[in-house]
Amino acid sequence: MSIALLIEQLLNGLQLGVMLFLMAAGLTLIFGVMGLINLAHGSLFMIGAFACAAVAAATGSFWLGLAASLVAAAAAGALIEVVIVRRLYARDHLDQVLATFALILILSEGTRWLFGSFPLYLDIPSLLQGAVPLPGVGQYQLYRLVIIAVGMIVAAGLYLLIARTRLGMRIRAGESDREMIAALGVDISTLYTVVFALGAALAGLAGALVGALQSVQVGMGEPVLILAFVVIVIGGIGSIKGALFGAILVGIVDTMGRFLLPKLLALVLPATQSGAIGGAIASMLIYILMALILAFRPRGLFAAQA
Amino acid sequence: MSMSRETCINILLALLLLAVPVAAAELGEPFYVTLATRVAILALAAVGLNIALGLGGLVSFGHAAFFGIGGYVAGILASHAFEMSPLVFGIEGTTSMPVIWLTAIMIAGLVALPIGAISLRTTGVYFIMITLAFAQMIYYFAESWPTYGGADGLSIIMRNQFPGVNTARPLPYFLICYCLLIAGLGLYWLLQGSRFGLALQTARQNAIRLSSVGIAPFGIRLTAFVISAMVVGLAGALFADLNKFVSPSMLSWHMSGELIVLIILGGKGRLFGPVAGAAVYVLFEFALGGLTERWQFFLGLVLLGVVLFARGGLLGLLAGKARHD
Amino acid sequence: MTEPVLEILNLRKNFGALKATDDVSLTLMPGEIHALIGPNGAGKSTLIQQISGALTPTSGTIRFLGRDMAGMDMAARARAGLGRTFQISSIAPEFSALRNVILAVQARQGSSFRFFRPVARDRSLIEPAMVMLERVGLAARSRIPAGELSHGERRLLEIAIALSLEPKAFLFDEPMAGLGADGSKSLTALLSELRHVAPILLVEHDMDAVFALADRISVLVYGRIIATGTVEEIRSHPEVRRAYLGEGA
Repeated sequence: MSIALLIEQLLNGLQLGVMLFLMAAGLTLIFGVMGLINLAHGSLFMIGAFACAAVAAATGSFWLGLAASLVAAAAAGALIEVVIVRRLYARDHLDQVLATFALILILSEGTRWLFGSFPLYLDIPSLLQGAVPLPGVGQYQLYRLVIIAVGMIVAAGLYLLIARTRLGMRIRAGESDREMIAALGVDISTLYTVVFALGAALAGLAGALVGALQSVQVGMGEPVLILAFVVIVIGGIGSIKGALFGAILVGIVDTMGRFLLPKLLALVLPATQSGAIGGAIASMLIYILMALILAFRPRGLFAAQA
Repeated sequence: MSMSRETCINILLALLLLAVPVAAAELGEPFYVTLATRVAILALAAVGLNIALGLGGLVSFGHAAFFGIGGYVAGILASHAFEMSPLVFGIEGTTSMPVIWLTAIMIAGLVALPIGAISLRTTGVYFIMITLAFAQMIYYFAESWPTYGGADGLSIIMRNQFPGVNTARPLPYFLICYCLLIAGLGLYWLLQGSRFGLALQTARQNAIRLSSVGIAPFGIRLTAFVISAMVVGLAGALFADLNKFVSPSMLSWHMSGELIVLIILGGKGRLFGPVAGAAVYVLFEFALGGLTERWQFFLGLVLLGVVLFARGGLLGLLAGKARHD
Repeated sequence: MTEPVLEILNLRKNFGALKATDDVSLTLMPGEIHALIGPNGAGKSTLIQQISGALTPTSGTIRFLGRDMAGMDMAARARAGLGRTFQISSIAPEFSALRNVILAVQARQGSSFRFFRPVARDRSLIEPAMVMLERVGLAARSRIPAGELSHGERRLLEIAIALSLEPKAFLFDEPMAGLGADGSKSLTALLSELRHVAPILLVEHDMDAVFALADRISVLVYGRIIATGTVEEIRSHPEVRRAYLGEGA
C-alpha cells in the first residue's frame, strides 16, 4: 500500500463527504427553519439526476443538464412545499415521516412511469474528463476534484448567504423564533417555500453531479438520504457547520474504512475471510461512529441551543 | 357507545380474518389462504411496533431490524439443520418452529436492548433518525456478510416443523400464525391495561408528569422498546417461513416504513389498528398490484390522504375517537 | 433542635452573565409553610427547577432529609419524598382524573413493572386514589379525562397526585394562579390542612393566601433572598417594602 493510494482514497472520501454535505445542508436547513423532517429529500436528489441525464441526452450538453437539474429540483421542491409539506409544519414528527414517506413512494413510482425501469447514463462532460497530476498522488480524476471544489464553493456560498444577506437574516430569525419573525411582518410562507426550494436545489445539484459517476436510477437517493441523516445527527440537527463537519467525517471514515479494514484484517486472518469480514464491518463503521458520538453528545457535535 | 362499537368491530375483524382463509381452503383456493397468512404476520409485526409507537409514542423507524433478525434466525437455524452443520460453539441448527420462535424473540430482544439504550437517550426527530440508522447498519451488515447469502438472501428449503401440524399446507400454517397474532393482541391488551402500560402511556402523554411521581421514563420506555422488538422478531421468523426465504429486504428501511404505515392506516394506539391496517394494505397490494405494477404510487396517494385528512385511520373512521377510561 | 426537612445552602445558578440564583440559602422546617415570594423574573421558577431536579445548579447544595440531592434526577427526588405541583398544570390529559392519581399510587407502591394485572380492577390502586380525590373534592369528577377538567380542577388533581406520593415535603409552584376568589379561598383552606401531612414550600403571587398561610416568608429579588421572617417581620421589613411592594424610600 503506497502513500499515493492512501491520499487518493482520502480524496475519494472528501468527494463523498462534499456530496453528502449538499444533501445534509438542505435537510438540516429545512429542519432548523421549519422543524420538518423530510424523508423525500432523497427523491429530490433523484429528480436532479434524472433531469440532468434526460436534458443532457436530449441536448448533448451536460451543462444544460446541470442547469435543468437545479431548476427541476427547485421547482419540484417548491411545488411539494406549497401543495403538501406546508400542511405538515404544525404536525408531529410521525405525521411528517409518514407523509414524506408517501411522497417517496409517489415520486419513485412516478419517475419509473416517466423514464422506465432501466437506468440512464450520464457522461462526464468532455471538459472535465481525464485526470490531473497531483503531487504525491500521481494522476487523480479531474471530475472528482471539481465536485470537491463545487462543494466547497457551495459551503462558502451558504455561509455568506446565511451570515450576510437579508434572506439569511430571516432564516436565522426563523430558526430562533418563528412567531417573532411573523410578527415582524416577514412573509413567512414565502420564506419557507424559498428555503425548501433552496434545499431541494442543493439535493438536485448533488444528484446531477453524482449521476455522472454512477448510473441514474430510481432509488438512488435513498442510501444517500440515510447517510445524510447520519451526517446531521452527528453534526447536530439544524447546524450547517455541523452538517459540513459531519459530512466530511462520514465521507472519509466510510471510504477509508472500506479501504483499510480488509487490509488490516488480512494481517491476522486468511485472505478469503479478511475481505468479507472487513467489508461487513466497514459497512457498519459510520453507524458505530454515530452511536459513539451520541453516547457522549446526544444532540450531536454542533447542537443548536435548545 | 363508541367503546362497545370498537369491540364489535374488533371481533368482526378477528372472525373475518379467520373465516376467509378457512372458506378459501374449503373452496380449493390456497392463494387466498397465503394472502390471509401474510395479513396475520404483518399484523403481528405491527402489533409489536404498536407497543412502542402507539402506547409509548416512540416513533421507531428501525423496527425492520427486528423483523429481519427474526427472519434470519429462522433461515440460519433451518439452513444449518438442513446441511447438518453446527453453528458456532457446536450448537446445532433446528427445524422446530417453537425453538426458532424462542430464539428469534430472545435475539431480537438482546439486539434491541443496546439499540434502545442508546436511541432513548435522545427524543423526537433524533430518535427517528437513530433507530433508522441502526437498522441500516444491520441491513448493510447482512448485505455484505456472504456466509448467509449476502444480498441474494437465504432460502429455507422446507418450511420448518411444528409438532403435530403439517406446516407445509397453507391452512395449518395460517392457523399457527393466526393463533400467534391473537396471542400478540392479548399481550398488547394486557400491557395496555397494566401498571406498566399506565406508566408507558403517561410517558407518551407527559414524561415530566411521570418523572414527578418518581418513575423514570427511560426504564419504562426501554422495556417497551425491547418487548416491542421481541414481538416483531417473532413475526419476522413467521414471515421467513411463509416465504421460505429471507433477504436483507426484510431489514430495509422500506420495511420499517411499511410497519408504521400499517399502524397508521388502521389506527394508531388501538388494539386492532394493526390488523385493520395490515388487511387494507395486503388487499390494496393484491387488488392494485394485479391492475398495475405501479401500485405503490397509489399507495403513496392513499397514505398521504390518510395522514393529511383521516388521522384516526380506518378504525378511527369506523369506531370514532379512541377512548381511555 | 429539629433538623430542617429541606435545606438549601449557598445555591447559585448562572446563565452566562445572568445570576438567576445568587447565593440562596433557605430551610423548610417540619410542620411549616414557608412561602417564597418575589416579583416576576426574581428567579423563583429557576429555584424550583433546581430543587425538583430539572436544572443543575452552578454551585451550592440542596439537602433533603439530610441527604445531598446532587446527581439525583427528577424521578429520584420524587421517590425520595418531594411531592410537587407545577406552575402550569402537568397531567396526563388522555387519562381520567382517577388514572392520573392511580399512577402516583402505583409509583408510591414502587410497582410499575407489572405487566399483566389490569389496573382497572386493582382495588389496592383504586381505593387509595379515590380517597385522595375525595380529599381534594374531585371524587365526583374521577372519570373525566384530565384534559377536559377545568383549570381549577387540574390544580386540585395535581395536589391529589402529590398527596398520593405520601411526600416528606411539598413543593407547590403558584397553586393559586388563575383561580377565582372562591377557588383561592377553598384551596387556601386545603393547603392549611396539608401542612400537617408534610411541610410546604409555597411559591405564590397571591399575597392574601401567602399572609394567611405562611409561617415564614422569604423574599427573592433578582436571584437573592433579601429577607426571611414571619409574616409580621416581612410586612414591616423596609427593604421588602422598597424592593418588592414598590413603596417609596
